Amino acid sequence: MSEGLVRAAHDVLIVGGGAAGLRAAIAIAETEPRLDVAVVSKVYPMRSHTVSAEGGAAGVVADDDTLDEHCYDTVSGSDWLADQDAVEAFVREAPRELLQLEHWGCPWSRRPDGRIAVRAFGGMKKKRTWFAADKTGFHMLHTLFQTTLKYDEVTRYDEVFVTRLLVDDGRVHGVVAVGLMTGKIQAVTAKAVLLCTGGCGKVFPFTTNANINTGDGMTLAYRAGAPLKDMEFVQYHPTGLPFTGILITEAARAEGGWLLNRDGYRFLQDYDLGKPTPEPQLRSMELGPRDRISQAIYHEIELGRAVGTAYGDVVHLDLRHLGAELIDAKLPFVRELCLKYERIDPVTELIPVRPVVHYMMGGVHTDIEGATPLAGLYAAGETACVSINGANRLGSNSLPECLVFGARAGRAAAEYAASAGPAPAVVEAQTADEVRRLERDLLGKEPGAERTSAIRDELQATMEDAAGIYRTGPEMTKGLDTLRELQERIGNVGIADTSRSFNTELLAALELANMLDLGECILQCGLQREESRGAHQRTDFPERDDQRFLVHQLVHRNADGTSRIEHLPVTITRWTPGERVYGR
Amino acid sequence: MADSIRLQVTRYRPDADSEPRLQEYDVPLRQELTVLDGLNHIKNEVDTTLSFRWSCRMGICGSCGMNVDGEPRLTCATFLSDYAPGPVRVEPLANFPVVRDLVVDLYDFMEKLPRVKPWIIRDDERSVDDGEYLQTPEELDAYKQFSMCINCMLCYAACPVYGLDPDFIGPAAIALAERYDLDSRDRGARERLDVLIEHEGVWGCTFVGECTRVCPKHVDPAGAIQRYKLKAAKESVKAFLLPRGAR
Amino acid sequence: MTEVRVYRRPVPTWWWVRKRSYFVFVMRELSSLFVAWLVVYLLMFLWAVGRGASVYGDFLNWASTPWVVLLNVVALLFLALHVVTWFNLTPQAMVVKLGSRPVPAALVIASQYAGLLVVSAIVLWLVVR
Repeated sequence: MSEGLVRAAHDVLIVGGGAAGLRAAIAIAETEPRLDVAVVSKVYPMRSHTVSAEGGAAGVVADDDTLDEHCYDTVSGSDWLADQDAVEAFVREAPRELLQLEHWGCPWSRRPDGRIAVRAFGGMKKKRTWFAADKTGFHMLHTLFQTTLKYDEVTRYDEVFVTRLLVDDGRVHGVVAVGLMTGKIQAVTAKAVLLCTGGCGKVFPFTTNANINTGDGMTLAYRAGAPLKDMEFVQYHPTGLPFTGILITEAARAEGGWLLNRDGYRFLQDYDLGKPTPEPQLRSMELGPRDRISQAIYHEIELGRAVGTAYGDVVHLDLRHLGAELIDAKLPFVRELCLKYERIDPVTELIPVRPVVHYMMGGVHTDIEGATPLAGLYAAGETACVSINGANRLGSNSLPECLVFGARAGRAAAEYAASAGPAPAVVEAQTADEVRRLERDLLGKEPGAERTSAIRDELQATMEDAAGIYRTGPEMTKGLDTLRELQERIGNVGIADTSRSFNTELLAALELANMLDLGECILQCGLQREESRGAHQRTDFPERDDQRFLVHQLVHRNADGTSRIEHLPVTITRWTPGERVYGR
Repeated sequence: MADSIRLQVTRYRPDADSEPRLQEYDVPLRQELTVLDGLNHIKNEVDTTLSFRWSCRMGICGSCGMNVDGEPRLTCATFLSDYAPGPVRVEPLANFPVVRDLVVDLYDFMEKLPRVKPWIIRDDERSVDDGEYLQTPEELDAYKQFSMCINCMLCYAACPVYGLDPDFIGPAAIALAERYDLDSRDRGARERLDVLIEHEGVWGCTFVGECTRVCPKHVDPAGAIQRYKLKAAKESVKAFLLPRGAR
Repeated sequence: MTEVRVYRRPVPTWWWVRKRSYFVFVMRELSSLFVAWLVVYLLMFLWAVGRGASVYGDFLNWASTPWVVLLNVVALLFLALHVVTWFNLTPQAMVVKLGSRPVPAALVIASQYAGLLVVSAIVLWLVVR
């Protein structure tokens, strides 16, 4: 091995240090302590986007609740595209995972008797959403991160950006990565690699997502030959603040908030979501599923019944009737965010909100254990698509998804690594290739006619037009043409920053390349799905078509950079596809 | 309000510069724009070589701490209009070594954090099958405030003790230790005490109080430290007065 | 460990005059010296009283020289600063509870002043009677 090309070797390498990645690391450290596990993340783990999650995490604990009901809510919420065996496993393990987190110190909000408190959430028939005030993701992430500090077996590579997977003979052997501090490009070999890099909301211009959510892991898998699944399903969360896109949690509606149009009218009643009542009714009105509510808001805007602002049309979220005491107890972060970023106090004023890109139902195709078709490659969390969320995810299912599948994929990866052989010598050559590519094509290139930020702006604008809440074939086709053009133009982007130390210009260029690939996947899958289901709504194919499309779409990368789509049937166990009914 | 404001931003390249210097840029000024927006404007439109950390832009990830006009601030939660007409100095977070431009070396904090054992310590681990540890809302309130730390390290930047003596374990680490000590599920107070009664532990603090003043999440690390000192003092007295068996 | 040539910014000697809060802090710390001086002064005073009228008279003469008066005035100001800052910091340093209800900070501070008043009243009475 030539010196410097390979930085280290591990048994399992986890890419991404959010809820899924850290949960996986702990799972491996606990079940296979003799294995050497490492977590590599482009940011310090406590900066992972898990930290912004607010509302809660669902798990059946109430006496009047059953696993089957959580299954049904999830499956119907997914517009029947979720794989029911995966949903059953998820629903069964979710409460145990949340309890495990409690044992690790997570400050779940409690009932007066000291037991876990649960609240209502969108699309759920029973109250089963655990919460830590309205900073659930923050508390979960910090609990997980602090717990990983207990385990000496877990090595961390903080602020290291993975640029490619090392693959040979149908098996993954590790990664090549750039250390942000030093700029050194080196391989870290591993017998198994687990991708937990989150979503790719930054492909869109208006998103709740953080700057770091550029879909790096999805692209790593895609380029290595593992297919992505259901990429057309992009969740628009109904309530984001205009301009910033900052998330106002669904919990605000779960606690009783109302959505009003410009006439102060609770317009959701016009969209087959039930009748308005003073107290929130589960699976009704403001507690409907996110896709239907975002679509309703979109219609109100189209009908001219929204409120125009400098940053687009909005509807209003009314929390005034909840009172200051409840807001300060249950929604303190919401109040803080509104005061700070909108200069509005939700106790006395209406909050302007509009639908905003929030979550990717699609991702790296995995089985129920988190394994991709590529040997040694696993994925979990928002990066993966198992699928438990199908065409639309219910709020508060994503955090337990990270825990359940982070643990499962971690254990599966560990089991694989325990009996896998070491990396072959060819990885050195691959690493040298990657070093050459980065140094020649990017670092060595003078800034030319194209700017990363300009191409990124165009990508985002294209995605907003082509992959909005409502889509059409021609728009998506046009979008694909634009993206192909952008793919060519990105070849002319150079890097003005010649320093190797903390070169964020290089990072931005690499992330943009990832986003372009994913944008193409989203539009390609969207174009091929000729129906409307869940979050994928087409005005040219307005009906759901179970005959042709009760399938997942797998998108594979061809050698020439184009993509091809295959179908994968949905696993149906006990819930036959039916009508999604809310409010009646 | 004018439509632009001048930022004086620290630039430093370890391979080329002997020391950091300030560079001036004009950025758009609007009521809703933050210092972070200004920095992004510079990076996107004016000077792509500027490096800084940021992520969530909503004050929860803790990445974007910098010194703005000498005060440690989260740049995503600091509005340009509060500094109009400017100029505004944007410098790397104080008391940390500068790696590049506005990026500081956080290795010291990451090394200190595990030392205070910020996890639940118990001899008898309950199985998940037995359900949750009971914790009343009052018991949760006892430590809740100290659990709000986003690890932004503004408190380290504000602390003159840390500035003069980097061995000081620092406000956030101690506040986190207190968070676990006060958690009704934890039994690890003794183990953390052994770490924190060292000279660079709680006794390094002279109660300046700046950490609490700058904390964007109202954690009150100064309060945590003083309470910890009282606890440590009580333990010392007990250890002195009581025979081993009675402690 | 980081391998990059990081830059460590030197802390200026006069770091504490640059910010009002740092300045007040240093003055607060300095005030302890003056508190110590006043204790010493009190002890000297008591010693002088114990030595009889002549020594006491000499002491009073010395105490009324301009420098000593100035020193004591400054010390009194620092003492006031000491009292005010430390009284204000007390509720932050300890959580006071009456039963299970926390006592509000303002009450903790006020009760310290009340205590100060009571002790001062007693001392005054002892001196004046």
